[in-house]
Amino acid sequence: MIALLLRDLRLATRAGGGFGLGLVFFLIVVVLVPFGVGPETAVLSKIASGILWVAALLAALLSLDRIFALDHEDGALTLLATAPIPLEMVGVAKAIAHWLTTGLPLSIAAPILGVLLQLQSSAYVFVAMTLLLGTPALSMIGTFGAALTVGIRRGGLLLSLLVLPLYVPTLIFGAEAVRRGAQGLDATTPLLMLGGITAGSFALLPFATAAVLRINLR
Amino acid sequence: MSLWEYANPKRFMSWTAPVLPWAFGLAGLCLVTGLIWGFFFTPDDYRQGSTVKIIYLHVPSALMAINAWIMMLVASLIWLVRRHHVSALAAKAAAPVGITMTLIALMTGAIWGQPMWGTYWAWDPRLTSFLILFLFYLGYMALWAAIDDPDTAADLTSVLCMVGSVFALLSRYAVNFWNQGLHQGASLSLDKEENVADVFFQPLLLSIAGFVLLFFALVLLRTRTEIRSRRVRALQMRESRS
Amino acid sequence: MLAVRDLAIARSGVPVLAGLSFDVASGKALILRGPNGIGKTTLLRTLAGLQDADAGTIEFPTDEGAYASHADGIKTALTVQENLAFWADVYGNPVPDTIWDQFDLADLKDRFAGTLSAGQKRRVGLARLGVIGRKVLFLDEPTVSLDGFSVKLFSSFIRDVHLASGGIAVIATHIDLGLEEAKTIDLTSFAADPNAAPNGDDEAFL
Repeated sequence: MIALLLRDLRLATRAGGGFGLGLVFFLIVVVLVPFGVGPETAVLSKIASGILWVAALLAALLSLDRIFALDHEDGALTLLATAPIPLEMVGVAKAIAHWLTTGLPLSIAAPILGVLLQLQSSAYVFVAMTLLLGTPALSMIGTFGAALTVGIRRGGLLLSLLVLPLYVPTLIFGAEAVRRGAQGLDATTPLLMLGGITAGSFALLPFATAAVLRINLR
Repeated sequence: MSLWEYANPKRFMSWTAPVLPWAFGLAGLCLVTGLIWGFFFTPDDYRQGSTVKIIYLHVPSALMAINAWIMMLVASLIWLVRRHHVSALAAKAAAPVGITMTLIALMTGAIWGQPMWGTYWAWDPRLTSFLILFLFYLGYMALWAAIDDPDTAADLTSVLCMVGSVFALLSRYAVNFWNQGLHQGASLSLDKEENVADVFFQPLLLSIAGFVLLFFALVLLRTRTEIRSRRVRALQMRESRS
Repeated sequence: MLAVRDLAIARSGVPVLAGLSFDVASGKALILRGPNGIGKTTLLRTLAGLQDADAGTIEFPTDEGAYASHADGIKTALTVQENLAFWADVYGNPVPDTIWDQFDLADLKDRFAGTLSAGQKRRVGLARLGVIGRKVLFLDEPTVSLDGFSVKLFSSFIRDVHLASGGIAVIATHIDLGLEEAKTIDLTSFAADPNAAPNGDDEAFL
């Protein structure tokens, strides 16, 4: 499993690996938003945390179809299915690799880009914290979606259609925790729920991921 | 003979053929009487006026929107455990009916919301939940449509339906937490005092029965269509082999 | 020891082979022959556990099987060394030093796999079989796009390294690999009636 994780990280950082694309996309969305809603500090500051969350979610979505599609094309997925790593662990390794190459950099970049959106000073910590807590769930849910659509040619759009509704609870609790935290309200419940979704996703979705991979490899 | 034998496609076709006209007939009867009774022979609500009468469409369709998903979940589980083809096809057949119910509930809600809340749409938890349910139906149907092999499609959509159910429930809770909302409480419940008054209640029950029967009839009809198209596919494959 | 009894298999619900039984002893190879579409790939995938058989049993020591097809999972953005090291790692083995000579890869070791020719890439894919340390190999058309010299390298690896150390190989191929003692099965005689499908997925609808 560690071997697979390291290989995926290495592949992501090599030429054509797509590492950083999500980050650039994130930057561009954040830059575009003020063009759409206008430059008033008060307006931007009010929606900043929500924009950061939605943009991060979309950036994470962008690279999902690479998770299994490349391995499926060149046959590596079939070989992994007959290798001594359980497919469940393949799913976990893929999700962690995806998070390390998208979720983690996004969480670190979000507070920095918050400056552009006039993010309230009290919200910086919460944006970083909720993204760190929530983006692993996005990666794991996305890995399940990628496994579901691995056998479908040009399944990228379908993948988004399947995964986005599943992202709703994570987004709601993540953005809500920032909003409450920034206003000085108690953010324990949404934070706990966010952590719960991440933990729950990693506990259960690997099995669903392995099941649909087996079906798709039949 | 065990109950499961009725799930054999051929047997299913033969026992549903005579049931179908009865189901449609009863559904029509219940709907027509329920709706006419509700629309023309109940008093206007003292606060909401005649707009209240939309509940005869809104409540039953909202109920069936959720029940259709639950039925799909049960059918998916039966397919995964016992691999009855009819079960998988029934789940597939229920999805378009369910999404239509969701759409009816959303639209009647919007039409009713305009005079009541002064807006067609509000990000109220119930409304939002139904919108999310709508998206889940869309994803489910899109996945069915995207896969060529029917058994693979049945397997994958079943797993999606199970995972989707968990996340739909989570979304329901999340949305409640996110916005407390304007929607009134449940129109129907067994243990509450504040049910809608009896004058409204009886025609409502009748139109709910009508919607249930209509759903049943439509799903039967659509399942029969799916079975027929599978039969065509099987015959074509046999043809191409010989 | 690989033992297959009364195996019946189907490709997307259509039966392709039935009543297939054979034994392969340790240190022996089995060559599968038959025209396209007879079910060689399906058989190998079933043996490797990638799909279920309709009937019959397959026995070989657990955790000893490995599958290889012409899609060999070689990553173009990794070097040859990194590719092989990854698979060795997945199977919990070190990369044996002898592998570079066996497949004539010594000069290519540090090249990115993306810069190799199709034949060279195939050799890397086959070298994977030498690093995973599995005893029972199921190989689907292993010699596609190999030149005569590379085919010799491959057959001598199978004969002198794999089989000599007590391994088993089941190989679907159209060419002569030069494995003299290998048993050959022509699958044509086991072809199933595609319409006699007790478990066929569409059969319930007819």
